[in-house]
Parts: sequence; C-alpha cells; structure tokens
Amino acid sequence: MTEKYNMPDVRGHFGPYGGLFVAETLIPPIQDLNAAYQQYMNDPEFIAELDADLQHYVGRPSPLYYAERWSRELGGAQIYLKREDLNHTGSHKINNTVGQALLAKRMGKTRIIAETGAGQHGVATATVAARLGLECVVYMGAVDVARQSLNVYRMKLLGATVVAVESGSKTLKDALNEALRDWVTNVDNTFYIIGTVAGPHPYPAMVRDFQAILGREAKQQCLAQAGRLPDALVACVGGGSNAIGLFYPFINDESVKLIGVEAAGDGVETGRHSAPLCAGKPGVLHGNRTYLMSDEDGEVIETHSISAGLDYPGVGPEHAWLKDTGRAQYVNITDTEALEGFHALTRMEGIIPALESAHAMAYTMKLAPTMRKDEIIIVNLSGRGDKDMQTMAKREGIEL
Amino acid sequence: MSRLAATFAELENTGRKALIPFITAGDPHPDFTVPMMHAMVEAGVNVIELGVPFSDPMADGPVIQRASERALAHKMSLRKTLAVAAEFRNTNQTTPVVIMGYLNPIEAMGYEAFADAAKTADIDGVLTVDLPPEEAAECTALLKARDIDPIFLLAPNSTNERIEKMDALGSGYLYYVSLKGVTGAGHLNTADVEQKLHQIKARTNLPVGIGFGVKDAETAKTVAALGDGVVVGSALISKIEANLDNPERAKQEICELLSAMRLAMDSVGA
Repeated sequence: MTEKYNMPDVRGHFGPYGGLFVAETLIPPIQDLNAAYQQYMNDPEFIAELDADLQHYVGRPSPLYYAERWSRELGGAQIYLKREDLNHTGSHKINNTVGQALLAKRMGKTRIIAETGAGQHGVATATVAARLGLECVVYMGAVDVARQSLNVYRMKLLGATVVAVESGSKTLKDALNEALRDWVTNVDNTFYIIGTVAGPHPYPAMVRDFQAILGREAKQQCLAQAGRLPDALVACVGGGSNAIGLFYPFINDESVKLIGVEAAGDGVETGRHSAPLCAGKPGVLHGNRTYLMSDEDGEVIETHSISAGLDYPGVGPEHAWLKDTGRAQYVNITDTEALEGFHALTRMEGIIPALESAHAMAYTMKLAPTMRKDEIIIVNLSGRGDKDMQTMAKREGIEL
Repeated sequence: MSRLAATFAELENTGRKALIPFITAGDPHPDFTVPMMHAMVEAGVNVIELGVPFSDPMADGPVIQRASERALAHKMSLRKTLAVAAEFRNTNQTTPVVIMGYLNPIEAMGYEAFADAAKTADIDGVLTVDLPPEEAAECTALLKARDIDPIFLLAPNSTNERIEKMDALGSGYLYYVSLKGVTGAGHLNTADVEQKLHQIKARTNLPVGIGFGVKDAETAKTVAALGDGVVVGSALISKIEANLDNPERAKQEICELLSAMRLAMDSVGA
C-alpha cells in the first residue's frame, strides 16, 4: 500500500463494502446528516467546540501507559496501554457521542436515540443527552439488559428511557433493528447516534473520524515516550470503533502491524462465537455490506460472546476492507482466554479491564512473547471493567 | 407486456384500482401459503406481494416481524418462497406475484443466481426494502434482462429528484409508503397522501400502489381514490396471528376482509 489511504469513496464504499442499504424513508435524513457532517468536520468553530469538550468534559488526552511489569512478565515486546478506560463514563464510546451530539445540536434535533450492547455506548449517549438537555431513548436487547444491569441503572439516572428489545436474539443486533424502526418513525426531530463504525454511510466514516482522536494521541505519545512508532497495534473488534480509532492514523505507516481481536465465544469451531471477519462471509445488514454471520439462506445467525459489547454478527465495513487488502489482520480469542486476559491485567498492573478489552489483552499475552524486547505493542484498553463485576462474580460462583 | 403492466392496464380500462395483499411466505406454515394465494385471487385481488421471511426485518412493525419469525421456525427461505410462487403459478397464469424482502438472502444466493431462480419461478416483480437506487444498478439490470420488474419504494419525504430516479429505474409499479414509520403503524393522513400523490404522479407514468396504514375497507376505499393500487399487509397477517390454532378460519377471515375492501374500492365514483 504505497498510495495514501483515502477511504471511503464519496458514496461511502470501502471497495465492495460499506454503502447505503436502507429503506427509502431513511434516505433523506441520512443525506441531511451527511451534509451536516461534511460541513461541520471542516468548520473551525465546530472543531474547536469538539476539542474543548474532549479536553474538559471527557478528560482527553488519555494516557499511554507503559505496562512495565506485565511486559517483563511476558518476556517479549514492550506493552503500552492506551487508557480509554480513564475517559468520562469509562470507555472510548464517549469520543463519538460527544461529537455526534454536537452535530445533533447544530442540526436542531431535539431527541436522541441509540442502540447499546454492553451499555457503554448507551451510557455515553445518555450522558451527552443529559448535558445538552435532549430527550434520550436507548434500545438494548433484553438479554443485555439482564447481564448489564448496572449500566441500565446508570442510563436511567441520567434521564434516558431504556427500552428492552424482546425481538430476535434480544441482543445488540436487535437493538439496532429497533433503533432503526424508531428513527424511521421519528425522522423529523430525532438524531440517531450509532455507537460503532457500522450502519449506512456516513456512519462508518463519521464514527471513525470521531474515534481517530485516540489513535492520533497514541501516535504522538508513543513517539514522545518511546522515541519511535510502535510495531503492532492490538484492539478488540465487535463493531470495531475502538480498533478503527486506534488503527486509522497508522494506516499509512506500513511498518505498524494492525491486529483486530474478535470474540471467539466458545471457540470459532463450535459456531457459538461473534467473529464474522474470521468465520463469516460478505453480506448486507444494518445499512452496509460487510462480513456477516449468516446461514446459507442469508438469515443472520445468533452470536455468542461473554462480552455483550462484542456480541454482534456484523462488523464495520472498513475492517472488512482492511482484512481483504491484508493491511490489518484479524484473530480471535475465546471467552476462557479473555478471562485469563482480564485477570492478568488486573493482577499485574492493577487495572481492571472491560471484558471487551480483555480480548485484546488475551491476544497480547500470546503476541508479546513472540516479539523482541525492543519491539513495542500498543493495546487499546477501550473500557474499564466496573460494569462487568456482576458477570465475573456470577461466572466464578460468587454472590455480591 | 409484463403481467404487471397488463394487469394495471386492464384495471385502468375498467376504471378500477389494484388490490394488493401482502402475506409472508410460510406463515403460519409452508403448506398454508399456496391455498391462501388462490383464495385471495378468488376474493378479488389483482397482484400478490409475497414476503420473504428475514431474521432482521428492520422496516417492519411487530405484526410482520412475528410473521417472519413463525415462517423461519419452519425453515422458510428465499429459495422456498420462490418454490411457493412457482407452485402457485402452476394453476394461475394471470395474477402477478411480487417477491418482497430484504437484501441479504439475495446476496447469499448471488444476484445472478437469484435473477435466474426468480425467472424460473415466473416471478413478476422484486421489491427489496433495503436496496435503494444508490446501490441497485447491478441487481436491477439483471432483473430487467429477464423481464422481471424491479419495484421501488417512495416515502413521504422523498424529493422530486428521487421520484424521478425511481421512475427511471423502476418498472411495474411504484410503492408509496404512506407514512413515516414501520409496516402496520399508525393511521395515514388522507390529505397528506393526496398531496404527495399529485407530486409523484406529475413525475411518473408508472402506476402507484399505496401501502402502510391500510387497515379496513374504509381506508382501502379512501386510498384507492388517491392512487392506482392499495397494499394491505399487517391487517391480513393479524388475522393469521389471531387464528394460529385454526388456519382455515384465518383464511376465511382474510378473504372476508379482502372481499369487503374489493367491494368498497369498486364503489369509488360509482
């Protein structure tokens, strides 16, 4: 890849992926959104307001932390953690919701809707809606409502209405379906804040652009702290927003390996997983063409992961493109391995990661020992584990 | 002349409007669908929209979502939906059948294989909810090459530019979604629909079917006066859902509703 990376094209295509696959009623609001996004991303006043919010409200820049003890223990590459867990609301999700909420305000929308899996995006959306005084409705699969009840309570405290979605598999994909149904019904006053780099164009590009702040920071910080670029980047991939945020500013740096970690659930060979890039095939869902887990009839199949935030049958179309071009590599980590990653980081560095991020940690434990001591890995610690205490305790037979 | 064009031409000659029922193939059971289609023809319908069940029907309300789930529980699929249509065609060579569904089952089959299979099943039209003109060029060309009409949706917020785009790309008829929302939602506003139909009719010679929000004979009659056809779906599927233990009664109630709609529509201007 010698040419400068310049994706997507004007119609939102990343090669054969991405695009605009929605019913007619959603075309006009999506066109409006795209126009606003193109306008404001080049508006110095908007950018200044966004930057100020990211600094003073979110708490950016987040540190790039050298995990010295863990690096020594693993005996290979030096590991740096991008500390998105330290952001306001506890994950990278708020980088995007702050941006989209400012856009909603500029567009005069009074009502915000969102889908959420683990609840991190729902909390990040409810948070910005509270701050701007906007009505907020969050759709969440009924299964996820049960396993992430702390985040449900947080959203309610913030004034959001949380709707438990009972259709289909009752997880993230069904929450997205329901949010799309709401949007099509309330297009005039409603802004749909999608939480990941999926959905119809311009969402994959727009969410990436809002998340790329974390990759730009990581690049500067690595140069400042280690004096050079990293050799590998590791990030978990559900929809893939934290991974794209980290990867994007490095795409033209060919020496930097980009590694996305999907959720293998019980193991990719069991079929009970959430790893479309590793084990799916191209298809169309939720407005874009991408790798998808669907059966031979094209029906979307149910996914499984211990982590609600990775429990999704599709993936952002830019990841599909990065996979096909070979620029990024995608691997997978089982539930059991993710738990090992969770415990390792907690005990070695005193940092409790989100179960999503624990997948990236677990892969780092495999990768680091295969690399030289003078090599560098940056791992995206995309969120903190507070929300997962109940899941962990239950799994380990402990009553809280 | 395509079966759809012939149907709409004949209706126009006799001053009548098309009654277009939508049912989901395989709901509540795969054996139910072909007899239901024949019974609907007996009740006076002119075109049949046959829904392909999909795991993630994003544009549908709860009634059609549940119809999809019931059909999928019986392993209904795009391939089997085409087989249902072909079986119907064995004994009915005149009533057009339009396949309506989402893109992913077609992607899974492959566009060309799908177009061939649809032709073999003697399908008359294909309406893919999540395939707007922006992405439709390839699929549409394959269908047109086989004399299958690609049907496109228009919405209350569609601009003149988009109406012209649909007119250029679509054939058979255009489907006007009469309200912002999902299938089976709310009540349509007659004045709004009338105004929009003027805007659409000024930009296309294709017949316009109006759907979403048609619940009974009264709304069918009102809507018939505004366009060229009336699409009714959720109101029919509600009858299936209310009689899951007795599909024969569901069939009877659906036909009674369609007959009442037919009668009311034909009394327009009489």
